[in-house]
Amino acid sequence: MAAYAIRRFLGLIPVLFGVSLLVFTFVHLIPGDPARVMLGQRATPEALKRLREELNLDKPLFLNLAAYRQTGDPTKLFDSQYPAYLGRILRGDLGRSIFSKVSIAEELRARFPATFELTVGAMIVALLVGIPAGILAAIRKNSLFDLLVMTGALVGVSMPIFWLGLLLIYIFAVNLHWLPPSGRLGVGVSFHPITGLVVLDSLLERRFDVLADALRHLVLPSLALGSIPAAVIARMMRSAMLEVLSQDYVRTARAKGLPERVVIWKHALKNAMLPVITIVGLWFGTLLTGAILTETIFNWPGIGKWLYEAIQSRDYPIVQGGTLFIAGIYVVVNALVDLSYGLLDPRIQYR
Amino acid sequence: MVKAAQTPTQQALRRFLRSSSGRAGLVIVGLFVLLALLAPLLAPYNPAKDRDLRARLKPPTVEHPMGTDELGRDILIRVWHGARISLRVGVVAVSLALAAGTLLGLVAGFFGGWVDTLISWLIDIMLAFPSILLAIAIVAVIGPGIGNAMLAVGAVQVPVFARLARSMVLSLKEQEFVAAARALGASNPRILLRHVLPNGLSPLIVQATLSIATAILDAAGLGFLGLGAQPPAPEWGVMIARGFQYFSTAPWISLFPGLAIMLAVLGFNLLGDGLRDALDPRAARS
Repeated sequence: MAAYAIRRFLGLIPVLFGVSLLVFTFVHLIPGDPARVMLGQRATPEALKRLREELNLDKPLFLNLAAYRQTGDPTKLFDSQYPAYLGRILRGDLGRSIFSKVSIAEELRARFPATFELTVGAMIVALLVGIPAGILAAIRKNSLFDLLVMTGALVGVSMPIFWLGLLLIYIFAVNLHWLPPSGRLGVGVSFHPITGLVVLDSLLERRFDVLADALRHLVLPSLALGSIPAAVIARMMRSAMLEVLSQDYVRTARAKGLPERVVIWKHALKNAMLPVITIVGLWFGTLLTGAILTETIFNWPGIGKWLYEAIQSRDYPIVQGGTLFIAGIYVVVNALVDLSYGLLDPRIQYR
Repeated sequence: MVKAAQTPTQQALRRFLRSSSGRAGLVIVGLFVLLALLAPLLAPYNPAKDRDLRARLKPPTVEHPMGTDELGRDILIRVWHGARISLRVGVVAVSLALAAGTLLGLVAGFFGGWVDTLISWLIDIMLAFPSILLAIAIVAVIGPGIGNAMLAVGAVQVPVFARLARSMVLSLKEQEFVAAARALGASNPRILLRHVLPNGLSPLIVQATLSIATAILDAAGLGFLGLGAQPPAPEWGVMIARGFQYFSTAPWISLFPGLAIMLAVLGFNLLGDGLRDALDPRAARS
């Protein structure tokens, strides 16, 4: 298991290397001078010159053949832009925003808790809806309830998430005034977070007014973001449950007279949960990195909304750094999900 | 009397027509395609000239069954013509992805060695990005617009088809009919395209149908963010975004284009499920 884990993580290195190559090349694919692309049309010549030097833009992109030929020193081959870029990101330096000049790494750290909190909220919605719906649909296969769940699941995966978000805002915020339409905390709520996870921090500081406000803000975006995974989990749960219920050990459990309740909730559910847990893990990675539309609609101050705004304002260093960060998280979470199979299912042997 | 044996095609057709999701999907997609094709004949429309400021923000009535938007444009005719855009985006994007991905996967699986290592590496890199983010990044480089959105939405689907085609070749290339073709002197491209590909087409067709659904959703998302089709084009995502500004007073502007997206995507998802029942009877029968 440990050997497999090490191999799995070593296998990430070529992928992450490729990701960094792609993200680096991306800015150079935009037509025009990268320094001007990054600084905009009204940049002063001095600023352009400084950025060119900072990013080594006067040097070749990948391999410095000219310097190698002149000096004969093979290390000069890597006196070029990409190796310098790679060196910076390995030190954790993702550059600075063109407009606000903030450090991108620091900004990512500050915004990540908001995205994480929304992801957890959405996952809770997905589990609370998807798992019971899937189990009940499997138990009552071909009933009206089953039909409703399966139809609902299909509609759920077919709905554009930004449109669902708008509907939720319209119904619950604009019309019924039950919940706030956007943001993370109400205006005028003064609160100094410790970890950045507002729900957790308000509990730590015993600020239950803040907790209630934070949870109220979390409901609608979590419902919107959780809709698709809820539908996927319900379908998965149903088919996994149906498969387990047809197995011999379930028949044995029934034959020895166990009540149906025990057969389903104790014997069958444990085995049926395995494939579902995989899906849950993969969706966690997807939601953590893919909440651009939801965060934008609900004005949620996370990474997705920040990236979208950076794309709108052509703040390319943010797009570059943010994309790299997201791809890195995504790859690592997927590897962890992969490894968790072995912990959950002793039948799986890694070699 | 002996009943004539059914050909595999007839069997598949029978399984497809027995599948209720297949039938429902066929009806929805068929209606959607028909309406898209007939739109310019039955209701010619020029989005640049269409405005009637006296009829702004009117709720649904008999005259305007889906209401009007902030420029007094009839939502119904715009949703109807939007079907043409979404259908084209879905079909073109997925055709590109299907062609490129299948080719990459076939080559990787058939030749193996460093070719396979390289292509698999590229696939893994693309799969390291959440698809909507990758599509947004591609559009950020090549610029917004409906054509570029098609390319971006297609590009993110390439690794899906490449993986599928690769595993298909790996399972087929050791079979006897491939060895027989080679013994008869068939060239590699001929073996791949005439012998391997036709035998592994079913999962690719199923995936292509489901991918059209994803492509329509992604393209609408790009349109909504202002990175896809541009106003005044009656693209559904664009219409929802415009309606966003008025939606506390005129929710119908965003409501109907969203319903249209949902129905179209649902249709292709159902059709894909039905095709899977018909073409791949062993997979996912519960």
